[in-house]
Amino acid sequence: MKCKRCRMPAVVEVRRHNAAFCSDCFVHHVHEQVKRAIRAYDMIGAEDRILVCVSGGKDSLGLWDALLELGYRASGLYLGLGIGEYSDRSGHITRTFARERGAELIEVDLRREYGFDIPTAGKKGSRSTCAVCGLSKRYVFNRAALDHGFDVVATGHNLDDEAATLLGNTLRWQTEYIARQRPALPEREGMVKKVKPLHRLSELETASYAFLRGIDYVVEECPLVAGNTQLRYKEAMNALESRSPGTKAQFFLGFVEKAAPIFGGEDREAGALTACERCGQPTTGRFCAFCRARAQILGERLGSPPGDRQVAGELSEEVMPAELYAGTPGGPGDG
Amino acid sequence: MKVKLRNPDREIQVTGSRRVRDLLSELGIDPDTVLVIRERALVTREERLDDADEIEVRPVISGGSGGLHPPGRLGLGIVK
Repeated sequence: MKCKRCRMPAVVEVRRHNAAFCSDCFVHHVHEQVKRAIRAYDMIGAEDRILVCVSGGKDSLGLWDALLELGYRASGLYLGLGIGEYSDRSGHITRTFARERGAELIEVDLRREYGFDIPTAGKKGSRSTCAVCGLSKRYVFNRAALDHGFDVVATGHNLDDEAATLLGNTLRWQTEYIARQRPALPEREGMVKKVKPLHRLSELETASYAFLRGIDYVVEECPLVAGNTQLRYKEAMNALESRSPGTKAQFFLGFVEKAAPIFGGEDREAGALTACERCGQPTTGRFCAFCRARAQILGERLGSPPGDRQVAGELSEEVMPAELYAGTPGGPGDG
Repeated sequence: MKVKLRNPDREIQVTGSRRVRDLLSELGIDPDTVLVIRERALVTREERLDDADEIEVRPVISGGSGGLHPPGRLGLGIVK
């Protein structure tokens, strides 16, 4: 098998492109796909400060690496989830990655900052472990971006993540989530712009990129992920892709281009927001989803009775309404 | 050849030269869901593997198993 660009022996085959690449040309291919995504959705300006949400996995570290290689001002944010040795290892890998590249890494520890960790949340709350994990990540990433003055938050969602999420949302006709499932979500008051520069690349491509770039990443799966519905949707998409290469790309990229406007897109997002009465984060309800989940986990009473409801204040430096970004993967691949 | 599977980690022994695609097929693995690594280098589906090779089959699905069926189901012995 020969490289499509240089005719040297290939090491990665990308069936949906009917192409194969040698190591150097594959890295070039990935960078071109990232640049194309950034251009197509005006994701990142040349002077923007980017906060990359890093988990220690192949996608987020690969994204961080690619952005740095392309000359962007990219810092990382690592959220300590408190999942035992898994978190210890992912934190160590992320710190090593940042140190080796001289890149800024911001760390937030969920238990230290918010009083709970993900294993505890899975036992005490009504949401699934993966749901609380994803919710916490969205909340903390946005809050940190605002606190530290970043222009844009970048996550490592890849084509497989997006296609599986779209399948799940479509099967349940969650039209509000479908409307928001786009490669770039614009800045709103209290919410930093959010982008997914890897959305044109499959999981095989992001893993191959991380490997070929010599990135040490967490291969082990999260010990809490068993039963994650996202994995079932990925398996379903993989079954289709294996018979018809290109199905995932046609499904998700076709949706973004042709179908997303039907579901309302940005207009749908323009609903009235108020400030969460607990943290000040913009939300569509009285309390944001993160504060509701946190109160339930910690056994706290959230706020006063509805009759004594105070008028919500100005949108503060607090975070986005987590529910507005729901419907995207929340498991270990989430960043 | 020695084949290391991940998530959970285990090793199996497979006898006889064959292409990567055939090995993965016998293991019930979708080639688009794994990296196949030999001597710290990626190999494509068309590469031929020999008895002396040591292979790692690494899932690429975040949080997933890479579509692996239980080893041994297809008559391949588990070494450890």
